[in-house]
Amino acid sequence: MLSLNKVSKVYKTGTFGGKDLLAVRDVSFDVNGGEVVSLIGESGSGKTTVGRMILKLIEVSRGTITLDGEDISLIHGGDVKSYYRQVQGVFQDPFSSYNPIFKADRIFAMIRSAYFPEMPASEWADKLEAALRGVTLDPGQVLNKYPHQLSGGQLQRLLVARALLLDLKILVADEIISMLDASTRIDVLNLLADLRTRGMGVLFITHDLSLGNYISKKTVILRRGVIVEMGDTDKVFGHPTHPYTRLLVSSVPQLHKKWAEIEAELSAPIAGKGGCPFHDAYPLAGRLPEPKADEPTLVQIEDDHFVGCFELESEKAQQVA
Amino acid sequence: MSGASPSEARESAGPIIVPQVAAPEGKPRGEFLFFALRSKKFMLSVAILGVLACIAVFGPIVDSTDPVAQNGLPMLQPTLDPGNWFGTTYFGEDVFAQFANGLRASFFIGFFGGGLAALIGMTVGFIAGYRGGWVDEALNMITNVFLVIPTLAVLLVITSYLQARGVMFEAVFIGATSWPWAARAIRAQTFSLRSREFIDLAKLSGRGSRQIIVSEIASNMSSYLLLTFILLFGGAILIAASLDFIGLGPTGGMSLGLMMYNAVTWAALQLGIWWWFIPPGVGIMATVGALYVMNVGLDEIFNPKLRTM
Amino acid sequence: MSLQVTDLRVYYRTLAGDVKALDGATFSIADKEIMGLAGESGCGKSTLGNSLIRLDGRMKYVSGSVNLDGNDLPIWDSDEMVHYRYMEVSVVPQYAMSAMNPTRKIGKMISELVESRGVSYKEIKPELQRRIDLVGLQRDVMDRYPIELSGGMKQRMVMVISTLMDPSLLITDEITSALDVSTQRAVAETLVSFRDHGFVKSMMVITHDMSILYQIADSILVMYAGKLAEKATTEVIIGKPLHPYTRMLVSSLPEVGVRYADKRLTGIPGGPPSLLHPPTGCRFRARCPLAFAKCEEEPPFVEVEPGHWAACWKATGSDA
Repeated sequence: MLSLNKVSKVYKTGTFGGKDLLAVRDVSFDVNGGEVVSLIGESGSGKTTVGRMILKLIEVSRGTITLDGEDISLIHGGDVKSYYRQVQGVFQDPFSSYNPIFKADRIFAMIRSAYFPEMPASEWADKLEAALRGVTLDPGQVLNKYPHQLSGGQLQRLLVARALLLDLKILVADEIISMLDASTRIDVLNLLADLRTRGMGVLFITHDLSLGNYISKKTVILRRGVIVEMGDTDKVFGHPTHPYTRLLVSSVPQLHKKWAEIEAELSAPIAGKGGCPFHDAYPLAGRLPEPKADEPTLVQIEDDHFVGCFELESEKAQQVA
Repeated sequence: MSGASPSEARESAGPIIVPQVAAPEGKPRGEFLFFALRSKKFMLSVAILGVLACIAVFGPIVDSTDPVAQNGLPMLQPTLDPGNWFGTTYFGEDVFAQFANGLRASFFIGFFGGGLAALIGMTVGFIAGYRGGWVDEALNMITNVFLVIPTLAVLLVITSYLQARGVMFEAVFIGATSWPWAARAIRAQTFSLRSREFIDLAKLSGRGSRQIIVSEIASNMSSYLLLTFILLFGGAILIAASLDFIGLGPTGGMSLGLMMYNAVTWAALQLGIWWWFIPPGVGIMATVGALYVMNVGLDEIFNPKLRTM
Repeated sequence: MSLQVTDLRVYYRTLAGDVKALDGATFSIADKEIMGLAGESGCGKSTLGNSLIRLDGRMKYVSGSVNLDGNDLPIWDSDEMVHYRYMEVSVVPQYAMSAMNPTRKIGKMISELVESRGVSYKEIKPELQRRIDLVGLQRDVMDRYPIELSGGMKQRMVMVISTLMDPSLLITDEITSALDVSTQRAVAETLVSFRDHGFVKSMMVITHDMSILYQIADSILVMYAGKLAEKATTEVIIGKPLHPYTRMLVSSLPEVGVRYADKRLTGIPGGPPSLLHPPTGCRFRARCPLAFAKCEEEPPFVEVEPGHWAACWKATGSDA
């Protein structure tokens, strides 16, 4: 199980690195085996940064990420390889994920030389074929080809097959659908959803609510590096509470309802731009402050539904008082 | 063009910009040969360099006269007699023997000098580009220092200490001072490749930095590295010729620049001994020129967007 | 009729031969109509949009005619088209971020643009300012450089500039794809408001995103592999499509409220055919679950019921 606990990422900006850019702030959520969690956010929300931290491609500035209780920032050198046996990623641009001068199956050869160096060739061929069939690809059609000879959908599925060769616990899928055509999107999406049955946990990073809604049981909504709402997908989309979530849900173009209808359904006016005086102070604001006691944490408004809202929290505090 | 009919307009259409075309089997090597054989620039330069290389390799064997032996009658005009193809110098030295040996030395310097520069440039460029951060800053500083060093002045100082200098010394000196631009260029390319997703994927496959630089980045830039080497090769020959011409070249041996230096010193132009300085001049021009043309031709071959077929 | 396109064919020249990117398009867009042009990558929708305004070096006009408000557009002649470009037919570029000259203040850029078309900037300025107000920008944006504006502001500015001369036809090519969801909605609604205010007569919105088209388009034209597949009003295309491709496309789109656990959507197996050597007959044949013998003959794009065109033998009832 993957667990993020108050994870923050700070970048130094300014002429001599004097200012701090807070890309991600105090993000906490879990991804368990056998479930798909959607991490939804628009550009600048920090969702890709979270994904890259989980993949150990960038370092965590503050907070901890643990895999089955082990802090991943303590994994160094040769152990990183065994971390990648359990956690892998698939990225947005299928054509950029392959070195164009080599054949596409080189990605499998790299896995083999790193993790299965002693496996006999025939056994490897069987394993590879099983993985390819597992992603509904015909080995004869995709092996021995260069990336430019294959379609985006096939390339993405090859990347998922690569991840399946290992005994993955967590797969991070960062916007893997956005560069695919409508007719192939759903196939890759279904594939991700099927991965749950293998006991794998999938973190599905996207900006598209309809996709997240389709395959995930849990949703985390990120805005400017902060979680604004999270919980069970049906509850988050069924009655979105945070102004930003409501703005998102009302702006998503749906196929059978006009925008005006959706707004009416949400039945309360959408506050301005979904802004929040607290959240809007970030991402650029002086040095990284210490977490204060009076800052909004996630407030639980019902079973498995949390909202990050200062006002709500202070309301609740008043009610209790 | 008012009122032109569609068919007329079609005929007078401008040059066709060709989109990416994959060669029949889709293999890079097959594709390279396919376009290489059709590139006039590339084939012409290969031909010229081929001829020169033959002279460099076989010339001294065919005409085994010692280039500085003053055996022959002085200032003989070139004839078709064996041993007198390029005539003799003021001192009766065989000009052809000098030319062939000089060409050999030039290729040697080009290869070793250019090669050394390429090696240093690649090492510095890749490491600076891939690591970034303070490593990049430090290597940048070193590159800048080497760029700014007045190499001629340094060479003058060194020559006053080293009485005897060989061709290898010249090659090493040129190699050690002409790498900065290559390092810069390679660093820039590495920067842009570093952020591509297949690099991340290589990291996720457990590959280390050095492995990634070699197997992912350098391999992707192989055509660019080849072009850089060719430029350094030609540049080294040119620099060597200039240094020899002003007398800062190797103290022994023969080179094309040295031939020209001697020719000028002994008033070959005034005396009309054109066969003494024309061959080395043409030799240098042809070598370096052919290398640059080959570079342009290769660029077109490698880069589909430049193909004007 | 505002726009009438008849049997338009535009191919791409390549070393390997002609790529038949747009192979016979016949349709019309009426006044005040916003028509969505939908399809997947490689279907020819961008080629169609581009050919109405400017053929670039690789594109080759083959045959067909384009008639706008009674005038035949000489699309094969780039110089002749100058009279129509921007004045009658205008385009909103996809990457608004890079569409404005970064070294010019916006006001200066606009004045240079309109003066080059023989329009006095002074005369047009009041109207320009009114439109800037309309899209919710401050008037001082004219004195700013593009880099000082946010992405959404730039997009709106570009839309104002593109429609300043009240063109008869506005073409937009994937202008919502790279935007955040909230900006997407603002941009889409701005497009509609332009039509409602009469700044443009009709619009062709090119996108692969059918759900945006559902929100703002009056009618939708679906393309596949260089040919037209189906055209009808938005409600009909989304609700009662006749062409198998349209049907499968619409049903493969996930939306909020539809869960994998409840209803598993399916895609369309296979891939589009090569346009270098397209197959004979119906181009969707290889992937179509309803294909039968007659599909070896190419189905014409005919009006199967009033206002509803489709290119499919099954749709026209020739089930024999």
